[in-house]
Amino acid sequence: MSHPASASRYFVPEPSHWPVVGSFALLLLATGAILTFNSIAYGGYFLLGGFAVLTVMLFGWFGRVIGESEGQRYNLQVDRSFRWSMAWFIFSEVMFFAAFFGALFYVRVLSIPDLASAEQAALWEGFKNQWPTAGPAAKDAFTPMHAWGIPAINTLLLLSSGATVTWAHWGLVANKRQQLIVGLILTVLLGLLFLGLQVYEYREAYSHFNLKLTTGVYGSTFYMLTGFHGFHVTLGVTMLTVILLRALKGHFTGERHFAFEAVAWYWHFVDVVWLGLFVVVYWL
Amino acid sequence: MARYSNKNRYLNRLRLGKAGLLGLLGMLSGAANAAWQLNLQEPVTATARRVYDLHTLLTVVIVVIFVGVFAVVTYSLIFHRKSRGHKPADFHDNTTVELAWTIVPALILIAIAFPATSALVNMRDTSQPDLTIKVTGYQWKWGYEYLTGDAAGVKYMSVLATPRDQIENKAPKGEHYLLEVDRPLVVPVGKKVRILTTATDVIHNWSVPAFAVKTDAVPGFLRDTWFRADKEGTYRGQCSELCGKDHGFMPVVVEVVSDEKYAAWVAEQKQQMASAADDPNKVWKLDELLARGEKVYAANCASCHQANGQGLPPVFPALDGSKIVKGPKEGHLDIVINGKPGTAMAAFGAQLSDTDIAAVVAYERNAWTNKLGEVIQPAEVKARRGK
Amino acid sequence: MQATHTAGHAGDHHHDDHAHYPSGWKRWVTTTNHKDIGSMYLWFSFVMFLVGGAMSLIIRAELFSPGLQYVSPEFYNQMLTLHALIMVFGAIMPAFVGFANWMIPMMIGASDMAFARMNNWSFWLLPPAAILLTVSIFVPGGAAGTGWTLYPPLSVQMGIGMDMTIFAVHILGMSSIMGSINIVTTILNLRTPGMTLMKMPLFCWTWLVTGFLLIASMPILAGAVTMLLTDRHFGTTFFNAAGGGDPVLFQHIFWFFGHPEVYIIALPAFGVVSHVIPAFSRKHLFGYTSMVYAIAAIGLISFFVWAHHMYVTGIPLTGQLYFMYATMLIAVPTGVKVFNWVTTMWRGSLTFETPMLFALGFLVLFTIGGLTGLVLAMTAVDIQLQDTYYVVAHFHYVMVAGALFSAYSGLYFWLPKWTGHMYNEGLGKLHFWLSIIFFNIAFFPQHFLGLAGMPRRIPDYSQQFADFNVVSSVGAFGFGLSQLLVLIVVFQAVKGGAKADSRPWDGAHGLEWTVPSPAPYHTFEDPPAFDAAEAHA
Ligand code: HEA
Ligand code: HEA
Ligand code: HEC
Ligand code: CUA
Ligand SMILES: [Cu+2]
Repeated sequence: MSHPASASRYFVPEPSHWPVVGSFALLLLATGAILTFNSIAYGGYFLLGGFAVLTVMLFGWFGRVIGESEGQRYNLQVDRSFRWSMAWFIFSEVMFFAAFFGALFYVRVLSIPDLASAEQAALWEGFKNQWPTAGPAAKDAFTPMHAWGIPAINTLLLLSSGATVTWAHWGLVANKRQQLIVGLILTVLLGLLFLGLQVYEYREAYSHFNLKLTTGVYGSTFYMLTGFHGFHVTLGVTMLTVILLRALKGHFTGERHFAFEAVAWYWHFVDVVWLGLFVVVYWL
Repeated sequence: MARYSNKNRYLNRLRLGKAGLLGLLGMLSGAANAAWQLNLQEPVTATARRVYDLHTLLTVVIVVIFVGVFAVVTYSLIFHRKSRGHKPADFHDNTTVELAWTIVPALILIAIAFPATSALVNMRDTSQPDLTIKVTGYQWKWGYEYLTGDAAGVKYMSVLATPRDQIENKAPKGEHYLLEVDRPLVVPVGKKVRILTTATDVIHNWSVPAFAVKTDAVPGFLRDTWFRADKEGTYRGQCSELCGKDHGFMPVVVEVVSDEKYAAWVAEQKQQMASAADDPNKVWKLDELLARGEKVYAANCASCHQANGQGLPPVFPALDGSKIVKGPKEGHLDIVINGKPGTAMAAFGAQLSDTDIAAVVAYERNAWTNKLGEVIQPAEVKARRGK
Repeated sequence: MQATHTAGHAGDHHHDDHAHYPSGWKRWVTTTNHKDIGSMYLWFSFVMFLVGGAMSLIIRAELFSPGLQYVSPEFYNQMLTLHALIMVFGAIMPAFVGFANWMIPMMIGASDMAFARMNNWSFWLLPPAAILLTVSIFVPGGAAGTGWTLYPPLSVQMGIGMDMTIFAVHILGMSSIMGSINIVTTILNLRTPGMTLMKMPLFCWTWLVTGFLLIASMPILAGAVTMLLTDRHFGTTFFNAAGGGDPVLFQHIFWFFGHPEVYIIALPAFGVVSHVIPAFSRKHLFGYTSMVYAIAAIGLISFFVWAHHMYVTGIPLTGQLYFMYATMLIAVPTGVKVFNWVTTMWRGSLTFETPMLFALGFLVLFTIGGLTGLVLAMTAVDIQLQDTYYVVAHFHYVMVAGALFSAYSGLYFWLPKWTGHMYNEGLGKLHFWLSIIFFNIAFFPQHFLGLAGMPRRIPDYSQQFADFNVVSSVGAFGFGLSQLLVLIVVFQAVKGGAKADSRPWDGAHGLEWTVPSPAPYHTFEDPPAFDAAEAHA
């Protein structure tokens, strides 16, 4: 069960202070967010401190992991554990998005038709069952998002980034470093472009379409779903960048490159979520 | 209905240990005493009777299953113990019995499902009511509005009537402690009454056990349920969804009366409504306003802002010395009319008449230390509405 | 509950540097050892149990007689909320994660958890969450007073304490997800050669399914409270009809998490009992295969029954009927488990040490709770009982007499393995008998209160409920005080006592009983040989 070049036993790390540092960072972040949301003093400082500590912790912890990996301390069994865990982690992310997709489904299929039904007419007279809507008490008109502008371009961008990352993977497996690096650079650029367009779209929505987070349940679901997706793209791009830097440093071999694969899986997951969004948020 | 006797009141005052012991005895001796009530309240609608019977059936079924299973366990515990020298048998699988105890419970469940389904279908059938009443939950009172029938148009609030002193143990508790209101819902006997529920602030739940009625009052939605009481009497329930600090203090009281009494009651309500309608153009004097405002305040505002105007900070602000109250009257009127979304401060514009709002605002601006000496006229309230 | 570390080196072929650890508090803060982390989980859980229990005593004191005596209604609601959140997320769940940490690597012959460092983080996320929850009592406006179900719009009205609760839930969720990924990966990937999934001890099976339930349901809860947060502060209208949302939507999302959550609590409890009953019956567990299928079935069905908590919210008749039938279905696999335990005892050679007593207590009382659950599943009947003390009685039977008793059973069962000493059997038995008697005094009368119509979540009640409430409060205080016995028992066993053999229970089977007691700091650095006859505990 052991790989020639790796440890014979299952790797158990030595004691580490990074976890508790991470917990402290989260406590700071939570405190900061609570103070900020309630407009109490010093929230910003806590948030900043939390981010700083979290960043230090992430560098420290992942630096450690990379060191262990490059130090050949992970055998194949450890590698399998990583794969299992990444798969379960992505599953948990899927369920997180499921909550928001579920909410969208619920309002469109159940609550809006219900609010517009004859039984509720006594409360919300004149409210029609239509989508998009900002709800029966909405005052201002707004323009909903159209699928065939920026969103369609973004779909193409993400789909091609899925292709480039796969191409990079082929390069890695075939030991073509050049291809690996070019592929990763392309993927990162596509990701950044996506984010740029997304920001542009948000600004348009706020300034020209009167479509805000507060625009009833359409605005709520639109911004929360695309916002969390955008956040995940940001994470993905960051992770891809780290992988790119590691690739430049000569990390990974054709056989052993779990970190690369994990990030690629994650990137595909983000991609698939976008397809779902494109269909149910923008298109239908 | 659970009855309550003096004997029980005496029981309550017994010391801890003794009462505990009596409690155990009470459990053993069963429902000898009405307050040690062991079962559902006595049903007074056909639906409630069905539920009652269904519950009895279920209880019998689960008791039988329980006794059956634990008879076997008890046998093992007695005869298969090591201290009796019993040697362990060696078996650990038997497909036949395993199938049997998968299938038999499934069959029992299917059998139960039939009465359970029909009782439910009947409960949800709100069609063809004789009378429809809209029930609105507020923090913390009920609003009743008769939509159809002779009483159509009758509309009032129903608030807990138990005096504060009883709750704070400063006065002996009355017979219907916490289950009494100033104005109960009045309905005729033997008529199918459809109840529409909704709420303005948070979710409440309108519930009367004797009718087997319990329906959430969800803000922004109407839900419905129904009952047909076949016995005159007063039936009591409580709000059954946590709705904030006074959730335990918003009882539901329904008075079921004969057709004649109902007709008399309706006539009385109509007359009162006619005479109580305020002349919107009347110009009020300060002392008249304050007298009326004090009443409105006690009924609508005191539960949060307290009678002494001190509120319960930081959640419920003090009105005594409040910047808004002492500030321009427009701001004061606005918060009372429109409320403040996301807080417990409700939009009273929909609940109170122009005159009442004028009175309560004037009262607040003159009560306690806020001696502003201002008069507010209903016309000003009217002008402020919708702004 | 701690492995003495001198024993850790005995017979330990020196390998990497990881047998060393810093001394003092640093050991506990930085540890990557599953036993250390398991002990921390267990201690944390017990402390939280006392905190949550103290809150329940405040509740029971206020309910001792009608009228408002000790606390204001607002504070009562806060105690109610925190009692439930702390008991569920702080006491019961961490207790079983503690067992999982201690026992799963030993049961499957693994050197440690799959991700020992992340394991440490899973634990150390709990204290910040506990701090947020408990400190929220002292901020302006106090803690969330919404009940543990956090229903909007009430939760939108709450003050800053609500935000603290939301972030605490987020952090607890992270902890649970990481912990579960760790446990699931350990079970799937670190079993000793020869131990196939169907030869794995049942406790591992229950955790495999529980881990799955956690990974699937905690993110849903995170989504729900995130929407709550944005509704509170950023003007979204997920739960506000005026904007096209629906307060009931929150309930759907919450219970889509909440119902699996109750089996997250119940399944590991089933696992523990499935080890204890065979050990003290001196027989193999009856029906291992059907047990596994039952666990999987319960796990699966639990995702499809959530709206049985929402029968009175006005969901359509068809919805009520569907959820009623689906809920009834769960009784079948649960029944299979009960019958298998009963048959395991049948013609065994029974003895009644404390772990067995608690397992039997579990069996009797959990069945009562399960059967009342079935009564609640009938929509028509639930409309009478929803939000009454009947429900409170139901879930305390399954969670206190179910999960907590099972946790005690496991504690007494494995204490000799952890400490190397036998515990004080007399005190253990006393603990059991006091617990079971007072538990029933406290919670059985609540069935009657509920039937008679006493609503839950009220600080004051009308007079016809007075008598049973006195009984219930007396029972609760008795039960609470009896729990302090466990502290004494554990302290004694940690300090000393009769030496425990590697297999202190003659009927116990499994790899964990092949290593010395106390278990060495590092148990199986190399995968042990697996004897199939040892399988199925
Ligand atoms: C460990 C936790 C746990 C467990 C295991 C269960 C198990 C079950 N629960 Fe419970 N439940 C809770 C924790 C739990 N519950 C909590 C916390 C709440 C309240 C939440 C809140 O509102 O705050 C709740 C509330 C609750 C409700 C909502 C009540 C209401 O608010 O109105 C319902 C309704 O259907 C219900 C049903 C069931 C059923 C059918 C089971 C079944 O799984 C039980 C199955 C077991 C058996 C049936 C016994 C053994 C079987 C046999 C011996 C076989 C033969 C039996 C037959 C053929 C009948 N539960
Ligand atoms: C697993 C979870 C769990 C556990 C273990 C418990 C344990 C207990 N619970 Fe809890 N309970 C819930 C989960 C749990 N509960 C939930 C989910 C709710 C619903 C909340 C809601 O409606 O939102 C609830 C609600 C609830 C209510 C209903 C309140 C209401 O609706 O108004 C009551 C009332 O009797 C109660 C009582 C108790 C008691 C007496 C115990 C006892 O078993 C506790 C015994 C333990 C102790 C008492 C600790 C011992 C410690 C000491 C003796 C030291 C004391 C120290 C000092 C005083 C300094 N609980
Ligand atoms: C259910 C509880 C509740 C009731 C009943 C209630 N209020 Fe309020 N009220 C509040 C809350 C909470 C606030 C604080 C809102 C905020 O956060 O700004 C408030 C704020 C106010 C303010 C602004 C005070 C300030 O300084 O911010 C006024 C004026 C007021 N209420 C008047 C009334 C009047 C008049 C009534 C009765 C007709 C009433 N309230 C009934 C809960 C209530
Ligand atoms: Cu209204 Cu509870
Ligand atoms: Cu459930």
